[in-house]
Amino acid sequence: MMEALSTFWVIHSNLILSLGTNALLALSIWLTLSCGMLAMANAAFMGIGAYTSAILTMQFGWPFPAVILAGMLAPMLAALIIGLPTLRLSGVYLAMATLAFGEVVRIVIINTELLTGGIGGIAGIPTSTEWWHMLLAVVCALFVLWRMRRSKVGRAFEAIREDETAAGLMGINVGANKMLAFILGAALAGLAGTLNAHLTFMIDPKEFGFDRGVEILTMAIFGGIGSLVGPVLGSAIFTLLPTVLSPLADFRLMVNGVVLVLIVLFLPNGIWDPARFKQWFGRKQGART
Amino acid sequence: MNALPMLQLQNVSRHFGGLKVLEDVNIEVPEGGVFGLIGPNGAGKTTVFNLTTGLLPTSGGTIRFQGRDIAGMKPHQITQAGIARTFQNIRIFKEMSLIENVIVGMHAKLRYGAVGLLAATARFRSEERRARERAHELLSWVRLDHKAHDVADNLSYGEQRKLELARALATEPKLLLLDEPVAGMNSGEKTELMHEIRNISARGYTIFMIEHDMRFVMGLCEHIAVLNFGRIIAQGGPDEIRNDPQVIEAYLGREDESEVAQ
Repeated sequence: MMEALSTFWVIHSNLILSLGTNALLALSIWLTLSCGMLAMANAAFMGIGAYTSAILTMQFGWPFPAVILAGMLAPMLAALIIGLPTLRLSGVYLAMATLAFGEVVRIVIINTELLTGGIGGIAGIPTSTEWWHMLLAVVCALFVLWRMRRSKVGRAFEAIREDETAAGLMGINVGANKMLAFILGAALAGLAGTLNAHLTFMIDPKEFGFDRGVEILTMAIFGGIGSLVGPVLGSAIFTLLPTVLSPLADFRLMVNGVVLVLIVLFLPNGIWDPARFKQWFGRKQGART
Repeated sequence: MNALPMLQLQNVSRHFGGLKVLEDVNIEVPEGGVFGLIGPNGAGKTTVFNLTTGLLPTSGGTIRFQGRDIAGMKPHQITQAGIARTFQNIRIFKEMSLIENVIVGMHAKLRYGAVGLLAATARFRSEERRARERAHELLSWVRLDHKAHDVADNLSYGEQRKLELARALATEPKLLLLDEPVAGMNSGEKTELMHEIRNISARGYTIFMIEHDMRFVMGLCEHIAVLNFGRIIAQGGPDEIRNDPQVIEAYLGREDESEVAQ
């Protein structure tokens, strides 16, 4: 029995651990989405976290806890700097500005070969991430976000998402709250990047490009952004899907795109939508009486 | 008499390109009571509110709230200083429940930090409980407490206006700006709202309202200012305004025009 379990772990541990990485990524974009911002820089923040941590581990020999901290702080700083001019943009303009930032990050990584290994990336990163590191990270992230949602911060995000002008006139500092969501999202993406880099042995700039950004968005929208369950569920399904549909591997990006379109058209609140569940449940109750 | 007026606009103007929406507007809203701003459509009334709440910068002149110049202050700072408003086209948070709408208005008054929030400290819990109780109280002022946990989008038009009023009160304002509070209401709802506004005024809030409905304004306001084409053309009590030839002209056209026609 134990043997079967350990065999299962050897074969599937990478998949199980990438469940954690993707959950953190989906939660990172959920933060900005819950504040009404379509910011597409999460893949870049993940990359900044991954590269910062890999370089600190390999070239400077920092201990793992310090590396994790730095892997979160570096993208937070980047978010602060690019957030100041871009967060006043709304809707698709913010998406474009943050996508452009992502490209800049990718090109900087490719062109600083001495530090980042350029297009070939960095190989031989020690695999320090244990399964419980990942679990702890996801649980901590969920706890912090859950507490936030039940406080004035969560209400402020929600108010800003619904009507920015009205939120400001309720005494909410709209700019500061948007910045908070953006920076915390960057921290989560950086954490995902750091843990993932110390799991997969190597990183390269391709992983943190446009495709990854769209995938992160798709996971969160697919799951639904009305609650914390949605992004976690969405990321789990999107992690497991390629394994189940491995014959379709070549069409993975296409499948992602089709899923995003279908969800937006038919389930705009994602698959985890408490309001819809209540509606269904209510209808059943009504039919019974 | 108080030395300082609640709100004072001095030679305020606002231009959009070459269009002079407001020109040398002087308004003094005294502390206490209900002050009305009336005028034909497009006279610039809502612009006065947008300038006062910091949504738009002025092109000239000064706006003082309790003697303090509010130029350059952001909307949330002006709200925190004590001015709240409602909108002509209702802007409640439709996907939230009524009570959440009202609690959002208390955002700046809830005193707890990141640690209190994460650890759900006694301070956090007592602040949240206080907010909830106060929100129920404010909802009962506008007789909506029985629907506290409904989704705001399901309210009727008149109820949404009243929710917006309760939400504005939640910011603990000294001055409450109401932008056409009875627009689109039937006469029963209007009478009810008139009572509620009187009650709110009696609780010590200063009210400054824009309204088209003359009966409503004349019935509620002690002071009235009339705005036409971006200028104040008359100020005074309801009787003065009713008999002011310029006001009659602005609303009904000039009398001698018809004489000439005859």
